[in-house]
Amino acid sequence: MDATDLRLMHATQAGLPLTPEPYQALAEQLGLTKEDIMQRLAAMQERGIIRRIGAVPNHYKLGYRFNGMTVWDVPDGQIDELGRQVGQLPFVSHCYHRPRHLPEWPYNLFAMVHGKTQIEADQQIRQIADVLGKQCRGSEVLYSTKILKKTGFRSSKR
Amino acid sequence: MDDIDRHIINTLQTGFPICDAPYRQVAESLSINETELLTRLQALLADGTLTRFGPLYNAEQMGGALTLAAVKVPTERFDKVTDIINAFPEVAHNYARNHKLNMWFVLATETSEQQRQTINTIEGQTGLTVYNMPKLKEYFVNLKLEA
Repeated sequence: MDATDLRLMHATQAGLPLTPEPYQALAEQLGLTKEDIMQRLAAMQERGIIRRIGAVPNHYKLGYRFNGMTVWDVPDGQIDELGRQVGQLPFVSHCYHRPRHLPEWPYNLFAMVHGKTQIEADQQIRQIADVLGKQCRGSEVLYSTKILKKTGFRSSKR
Repeated sequence: MDDIDRHIINTLQTGFPICDAPYRQVAESLSINETELLTRLQALLADGTLTRFGPLYNAEQMGGALTLAAVKVPTERFDKVTDIINAFPEVAHNYARNHKLNMWFVLATETSEQQRQTINTIEGQTGLTVYNMPKLKEYFVNLKLEA
């Protein structure tokens, strides 16, 4: 990422302009050409700096009230294979390997699920348990009971 | 929210073209016109159905350090500890969760050294142990919720 990419990031952190030619609008704002903007966005997407260009819905507004952080204790030797399989389930939005903190926290595999009903979330959790099978030595599901803060990420680099 | 809104939300979660008139291209695929798409998109953002529309940046790829951390907060101190932790600009999200580890927050710092310092400061100010759980590996990330 060079200084121009950073300027482009800051200009789009709040969102893409809602005008018929958004890349032209950004070009005028930043004093660049439309072609340069488009090429930089495509390159950052290619490199994974931009995950995608798109919409982020509010779970609750779409009726997803049961957002569970499912956590699992699986053998470290198998976690990469199991994590990939769990990540491929269509309803899992995030799947990570994170460190344990024994004895309080034995879980190393995290997967987020989202259900409109408790029944739907329970079915998703059961499917993850099926994928893990006997490799799973313990698990819990943590539901968020309150959003205490949500500001999104702000890069402080200028 | 009607069926067209739902269709817009579902389509725009899969990606967005990089071309001269991308809204027109998406509108055509939805069999509506460009103005209607822009108007509806504005309304969905204004009423909070969509929290964002645009490039979604991967914080780590940008050189920053991200982590998930949890604390075990005594019930009677919950509000006080919430205030202490939320006051840190490095705390991007903070959720109460139904567990002994009942507060979970995401820390976004520019460097891992700043991450360590922030955690030490939070431990000092709250008197609580911070369980730091940075991701060791990412298997999948794509938040796509069908409307």
